[in-house]
Amino acid sequence: MIKLIALVPLFPLLGFLMNGFFGKKISKGLSGSIASLAILASFIVSVLAFIELQGSTQKENIINIFSWINSGTLQIPFEFLYDPLSSLFLLIITGIGFLIHVYSTGYMHDDEGFSRFFTYLNLFVFFMLLLVLGNNYLITFVGWEGVGLCSYLLIGFWFKNTAYNNAAKKAFIMNRIGDLGFLLGIILIYITFGSISYTEIFDKAGSVSPATITAIALLLFVGAMGKSAQLPLYTWLPDAMAGPTPVSALIHAATMVTAGVFIVVRSNVFYSLSEVASHTVAVVGVLTALFAATIGLLQNDIKKILAYSTVSQLGLMFLGLGVGAYSSAVFHVTTHAFFKALLFLGAGSVIHAMGGEQDIRKMGGLSGKIKITFITMLLGTIAISGIPPFSGFFSKDEILAHTYEHSKILWLLGMITSMLTAFYMFRMLFIVFFGKFRGTHAQEHHLHESPTSMTFPLIVLATLSVIGGVLGLPQFWGLPNWMHHNLDEVIKIKNPSILSHETEWKLMGLAVASAASVIYFAYTLFMKHKVLPAEKESQLKPWQKVIYNKYYVDEFFDIIIRKPLDAISTVFYKFLDLQIIDGIVNGVGTAVKSIGSIVRLAQQGNIGFYIISMVMGIVFIVLLTFLVK
Amino acid sequence: MLGYTITQWLFGVLSFLAIMFALMVVFSRNPVNSVLYLVMTFFCIAGHYLLMNAQFLAIVHIVVYAGAIMVLFLFVIMLMNLNEDTEPQRTQITKIIAGVAGGLLLFVLVGSLKGTEQLQLQSYGASQIGLVKNLGKVLFSEFLFPFEIASILLLAALVGSIMIGKKDIK
Amino acid sequence: MINGISINYYLLLSTVLFIIGAVGVMARRNSIIIFMCIELMLNAVNLLLVSFSTLHNDASGQVFVFFIMAVAAAEVAVGLAILSMIYRNVKSIDTDLLSNLKK
Repeated sequence: MIKLIALVPLFPLLGFLMNGFFGKKISKGLSGSIASLAILASFIVSVLAFIELQGSTQKENIINIFSWINSGTLQIPFEFLYDPLSSLFLLIITGIGFLIHVYSTGYMHDDEGFSRFFTYLNLFVFFMLLLVLGNNYLITFVGWEGVGLCSYLLIGFWFKNTAYNNAAKKAFIMNRIGDLGFLLGIILIYITFGSISYTEIFDKAGSVSPATITAIALLLFVGAMGKSAQLPLYTWLPDAMAGPTPVSALIHAATMVTAGVFIVVRSNVFYSLSEVASHTVAVVGVLTALFAATIGLLQNDIKKILAYSTVSQLGLMFLGLGVGAYSSAVFHVTTHAFFKALLFLGAGSVIHAMGGEQDIRKMGGLSGKIKITFITMLLGTIAISGIPPFSGFFSKDEILAHTYEHSKILWLLGMITSMLTAFYMFRMLFIVFFGKFRGTHAQEHHLHESPTSMTFPLIVLATLSVIGGVLGLPQFWGLPNWMHHNLDEVIKIKNPSILSHETEWKLMGLAVASAASVIYFAYTLFMKHKVLPAEKESQLKPWQKVIYNKYYVDEFFDIIIRKPLDAISTVFYKFLDLQIIDGIVNGVGTAVKSIGSIVRLAQQGNIGFYIISMVMGIVFIVLLTFLVK
Repeated sequence: MLGYTITQWLFGVLSFLAIMFALMVVFSRNPVNSVLYLVMTFFCIAGHYLLMNAQFLAIVHIVVYAGAIMVLFLFVIMLMNLNEDTEPQRTQITKIIAGVAGGLLLFVLVGSLKGTEQLQLQSYGASQIGLVKNLGKVLFSEFLFPFEIASILLLAALVGSIMIGKKDIK
Repeated sequence: MINGISINYYLLLSTVLFIIGAVGVMARRNSIIIFMCIELMLNAVNLLLVSFSTLHNDASGQVFVFFIMAVAAAEVAVGLAILSMIYRNVKSIDTDLLSNLKK
């Protein structure tokens, strides 16, 4: 099956083409089935290939598809690299992708753009698979840009709403800034190594000057910052929640935003060699995590809370990458994909039940009405809060343990983030599912559990969120850490843990205790005292206002970037464009017109006159040759 | 005679006649007369060809131009019943402008010839190049391909003129 | 037989003939006369080709004249057919009246 790995991206491509060309002619059911089955087929191939890879001793498999760019010394074959890292990402993308496709057939059922939605979704999966499968940076870059495009299309899916379109544009432009860095990184890699194939360059990295390696690593990280919503390029992700909820789950939680993590893990050699780069990654990661977590505390939109939580969790992953815990970061990507996809889909189910309402202040007491959604979301919330033995606990703990041996300050910030996460997630859970119903009467009447196509993915994802931790059980428990072992081949420069078992036990206990106490605090606040989020912004305390307004980051960008640009643009428009450019363009037109009105008099239809002109022309030319001589 | 050889006399007379007849072509008011003067011009040019030992060409020239082409012209003119009365005339000023333009062209062309090397034409002892045998050899060896192309051109012209000349094409 | 005549005389002769043809094209309005003047210009060139062929004792010049004759014959056949067609439709071959392209 490894030889046939090209089938994995091929199925979504076929699904995309079929839905793209015939989507409007076929029924909704058929359209959704084609899209879902395409992903299911990819998933099956991925599983078979994964099993084969586990049994095989050859971990790096290069599958050449065709010769792509062949120009002089620039040789870029279209090759796929199937190794433990890409095999894992394939499973995540196709597995969760399939569940979300199934979910979408229910969620999007009444939407007029049903087949268009699945067209985009298939295309997204195709590009995402290309991104993780490529054996060189260029194929990855193609996928990278492709998922950016699909993200843009899907955020602006309801394109009749201007705010959604603006969110889509914001995501696209923010990503473009990062992509520029990524592209420059690729060019620098090509200049340095003369090749951009993963399998060729990493072995040579040790012999290159550290400054170059640092530059490459930082440029690639700029790309990762854009795609994975790290400071300061994170602001697009919360706005990206304008898209349909399954999109938020698939693209903006489980897969695309982890592309940044993927590329850092793929290029781990560079980061291991460059201390500056890895420190930058760690610091940016932890700051993003903390920053986003604090904003999450006071959000009232159920999807925005999850979005900031995603940014925060991505920050934690980068913290792990920065301290050299690559396999832990990938582990967290995996568990995060489970529980965050679950939470988003659950939120989608809540929104579905509420008839499109996203404000948690209008909800409440939903636990009895939509039981499956409530239970699955509860499991997801526990998982993200880091309570053992749920999956999030193991992955987060691994990252924090690695951070501890690296830097105590970073570890402390990470711990605070983790506590904040537990707080705002339970705040959301309590406010949404307990207390009295606060919506309108019509909404209360409308409340209903979602159809099976939506609850089935929830149950599967909830199961995975609960048991996902077995993928990476702590080594000091004496249990096999499959994740660590699996990625052994991919991580070229090892960074083994040096903490004593005693310290690890202490850290783990501390993490659990802090999470539990924070949850208890949230419980007393929201369950016992029934504290509710303020209805109006004016009721907030000053510090709350700052957080509520997301630290005014958008406004800050507005003032330092948009306003000056606007001012300059106005000047250019008024002066350069209207006066000079328009003047030139119109002047050329007027001049041609007036010259033409004179010259056309010569076009009088008299052949004799033409011939005389011709003869005079010849005379002139002959004379000219004399004069020139 | 007057210090000129017979060849030079012949050249002078033929040139004078050719120019005179050519002028008559342009200035004659009756188109039929123009045709006849042009035929005379062609005869003079054929005489020049003979002077230059291009005997075969001279004969072909008379046969093709005087015999075929000019007869065709004559036919068409007669078909259209053109004569002095129907002949359209340009205004005097246009004629003067045309003359001035022609004069200028003559002036610059002659000026450009001035100062070129004075090469004397001569008959090479047994110059045979103008004979049928020699021309045939060159034509069918070196210029075979253009020759075939010319035949296709003539065929195309044949078909084309019939097509154009038909009363109404169905 | 040609001994003693400079090539320049032939150059002059054909230039003069050529320009007479050109003046004819410019000064006349009858399409057929214009056509004939074009033939005259062609012949001026032919004459020059033959004289240079004699000068260099090379048959190529004369072969070129053959080709020019063939082309001229084709041109005359098609051209006169067009002219007679025009005459049939417009009842005139005056170039000044045939100025439809202007519109």
